[in-house]
Amino acid sequence: MTAIVQFENVGLRYGLDSETLSDVSFSLANGGFYFLTGASGAGKTSLLKLLYLAQRPSRGVIRLFGEDVVTLPRGRLPGFRRRIGVVFQDFRLVPHLSAYDNIALPLRVAGMEESEIDAPVSEMLNWVGLGDRGQARPATLSGGEQQRVAIARAVIGRPEILVADEPTGNVDADMARRLMTLFEALNRLGTTIVVATHDLPLMQQVSGAQMMRLDKGRLADPTGALRYPPRAQGGE
Amino acid sequence: MSARSSSNAARNRLLPGGRLAGPMPWIIAIMMFLTILSAAAGLGLGSAVRSMSADLAGRASVQVVEADAEVREALATRVLQALRGAQGVRSADRVDPQQLTDQLRPWLGEDATSGDLPIPALIDVTLSPGDASASVDRLRRLLHGLSPKLRIEPHAAFLLPLAGLLSALGWLAGGVVFLMALATGAVVVLAARGAHDSHRATIDVLHLMGSTDVQIARLFQRRIGLDALMGSALGFAFAIFVILLIGLRLTATGSELISAIDLSPTGWAMLTAIPIAGVLLATLTARWTVLRALSRAL
Repeated sequence: MTAIVQFENVGLRYGLDSETLSDVSFSLANGGFYFLTGASGAGKTSLLKLLYLAQRPSRGVIRLFGEDVVTLPRGRLPGFRRRIGVVFQDFRLVPHLSAYDNIALPLRVAGMEESEIDAPVSEMLNWVGLGDRGQARPATLSGGEQQRVAIARAVIGRPEILVADEPTGNVDADMARRLMTLFEALNRLGTTIVVATHDLPLMQQVSGAQMMRLDKGRLADPTGALRYPPRAQGGE
Repeated sequence: MSARSSSNAARNRLLPGGRLAGPMPWIIAIMMFLTILSAAAGLGLGSAVRSMSADLAGRASVQVVEADAEVREALATRVLQALRGAQGVRSADRVDPQQLTDQLRPWLGEDATSGDLPIPALIDVTLSPGDASASVDRLRRLLHGLSPKLRIEPHAAFLLPLAGLLSALGWLAGGVVFLMALATGAVVVLAARGAHDSHRATIDVLHLMGSTDVQIARLFQRRIGLDALMGSALGFAFAIFVILLIGLRLTATGSELISAIDLSPTGWAMLTAIPIAGVLLATLTARWTVLRALSRAL
């Protein structure tokens, strides 16, 4: 199975502090479903930031889609970022844009024509149960609704990798199940999913998903970081 | 609305705020107003200096300083004939003695008309275009040969300091225009940096979704360009109104000297180009500032 993400001895240090991440090495298979777990402050968000190219590591090698992104020139990063969907822990919705425009953002960034945008955005709004809230600003949406908009925004561009930081933290159990079902559906279509969460029942809901656990910035079991063997996807 | 314009409108909404929403257009309007006024002053004074120089360099007065009235009249007639036949002289005209007397009356009272006071005869000379200084020297030699009681005064000699002052004021106005352009650039840099900082969260999101620096910079340059356009139009309109008003007041003075402060069609074209240049300057400065700021992020 092709590796879509490879970390080799990756370390991350903020300023002069001690390393937030140390000697992190793992490989994620294309089309896999991965949970990233660990106690608060273990470095989950930092690892995800490296994954969605918001941060460069202090040391080590990161390969995404087969290319070393640590030494990648800045100008080439946007092309890689467009292949990654991100659900931020704090949603990061653009406050002055409607739910519709927030969801349409990745498509507009990618240069899609407006006539081609309406159908997928409307479909996505309906899918996350916000079909009648398209013109609402984030400030008028509940936490759960904002999270759904954030998820819709992350997946609308059919990314090759979807990174979600605590995506079910603000939604009820029913919506959490629905979101996981969406992630599984995307995964079946070939998207590699990486979800950071504390929610053990949620992890158990996805059969065949693999788990990485971080402990104080290190993978808890470096020799067998992935608890389950990769599940075969799409014939790979 | 076409799909493209609708698409552009949607993309342009990525930054909040509307036209004339902040202080930026008003600051640009004030700076544009002052810049246009300074430029108009510079251009007007430059035109006055050029017109005055051309005028002064080509004119001179010949005085016949003879106490005896009959001798003075005879000498004035000879001089007039000599001047009209001289090389480099376009025209020579006797100044009406009555006009001279009238001009002297406020200082000399009725003594000026009594005839007891010898008043020199005055001849206005207009020189042919060319080397005015050489022409004056030639006439001085000619007049010296006619009589030692003749004096020639080139007009440039006594109006030169005024022309120098006007020229200096014109350069000063040019300097003010240059400084205003620098200040406008600085204001735009500050505004672009401020906008970049206040929209950092949105920019981060756009970056992480794969927006390029140029895509993001385009949003800012468009916003600041529009602000500059509105401000420039406002400042330009008000400045033109003031310039026309001042023009009317200058004309009303009836002074030939002050009326020389005029704007040529080229001058008006240059004034019109200033707001266009201002908008371009603001747009390019905003783009450069934002691209520079973005290049510091990953």
